[in-house]
Amino acid sequence: MPVDVHSLVAPYALDSLGDEEERGFEQHLATCERCREELAGLREAAASLAYGVAGPEPPTALKERILTQARAERPNVTALPRGRRGRAAPLAAAAALAAAVALGFGVWSATRPATRDSFSAVLAQPGARLVPLDGRGAVAVAPDGTAALAFTVPPAPAGKAYEAWVIQGGTPKPAGLFEGGDRTSVLDIEQPVRRGAVVAVTLERDGGAKRPTQTPLAVSRAVS
Amino acid sequence: MTALLTSPPPTSGSKGPRELAHLTDEALISLVASSDDGALAELYDRFGRVAYGLALRILRDEALAQDAVQEAFLALWHSADRFLAERAKASTWILTLVHRRSVDLVRREDRRRGEPLERAPEAATTSTAEDEAALGFQRRVVQEALRRLPAEQREALELGYYGGLTQSELAERLGQPLGTIKSRMFAGLTQLRDLLAQAGLEESLPT
Repeated sequence: MPVDVHSLVAPYALDSLGDEEERGFEQHLATCERCREELAGLREAAASLAYGVAGPEPPTALKERILTQARAERPNVTALPRGRRGRAAPLAAAAALAAAVALGFGVWSATRPATRDSFSAVLAQPGARLVPLDGRGAVAVAPDGTAALAFTVPPAPAGKAYEAWVIQGGTPKPAGLFEGGDRTSVLDIEQPVRRGAVVAVTLERDGGAKRPTQTPLAVSRAVS
Repeated sequence: MTALLTSPPPTSGSKGPRELAHLTDEALISLVASSDDGALAELYDRFGRVAYGLALRILRDEALAQDAVQEAFLALWHSADRFLAERAKASTWILTLVHRRSVDLVRREDRRRGEPLERAPEAATTSTAEDEAALGFQRRVVQEALRRLPAEQREALELGYYGGLTQSELAERLGQPLGTIKSRMFAGLTQLRDLLAQAGLEESLPT
């Protein structure tokens, strides 16, 4: 029997479709912008029903069980373009190019090809890694922990500055201030960036803070 | 900036979830995508209670409810990358994962229950009064919004979402055409969304 496939969006949001109907609707979703938009709102309403339940605390052992299994099944972190010892120059150049393409840095790269900014300098080192920062920038990390940030944000409002943080072992350390602007900002990160660290950016009062006081504008992946 | 470097924050030997407390749910998911188990722990602290309550409501069995929550958080662990491409709220995504697992399990166990208003068992709690108050407030707002829906829409949402029934099972149980069930679900969810927006619940839910 032919059904109006759009009308399945509400039962789908409630997980109320049978297996076959669900597969059919998911195929439809892939091609229907209207249903995807509608689904976003309905899913949110459906999820709020979870807060309507009065339930007990989960057993304390559940958290540890989840974390133990998660650690045992730790997925491989997505490989990022990175140079390798001994073949550094061409691979670092390829990484820089990949960054330029992925981050929309084409203009920036093309207009400043000869500038030895700190970001490019770090990236040019043998073994340097490139870690994306929420699609608006990236962190270049050298094997010795020297790192630089490239980030695109509008100029900071009066009395404010962007502050970079290096978070290692759960503790954020201030890593430098920058102002933002029309061009990509490049910053020397003032803390060593080791394996497992994360770099984040917040907007703070001018002069910076000792600990982040705002929610981050961007958080990098952990450095691998 | 030198001043900043001379007075660094105290370092701590081990990463505690509280040190991630300043991050948004969405930022935590970014960290989970890079296999940060501290971020996973923090998300569990934020959503585990609601997740378990939901799973228990659907499954009516503590062991199964724990399985559902565990599977949902491991799905989060393995697919956090995929969330980044979506533009949903993290809370919606996490609770959707939990609901999905619970419904899958209840169907697999063939333990569907239809009675929408039976209460899950209450148990002794160790959470703070502040957490309790926030959860209690959210619960009242959602329950009040549900009460304000027309009875047949409320019934469709409760049997579908809490009962784990498919739309076809619902149509059969209620003796209504499938089209009617779909319309009730759509109207119910749309109205619920509007009522919750009016109640300002958006701001009070963890985001």
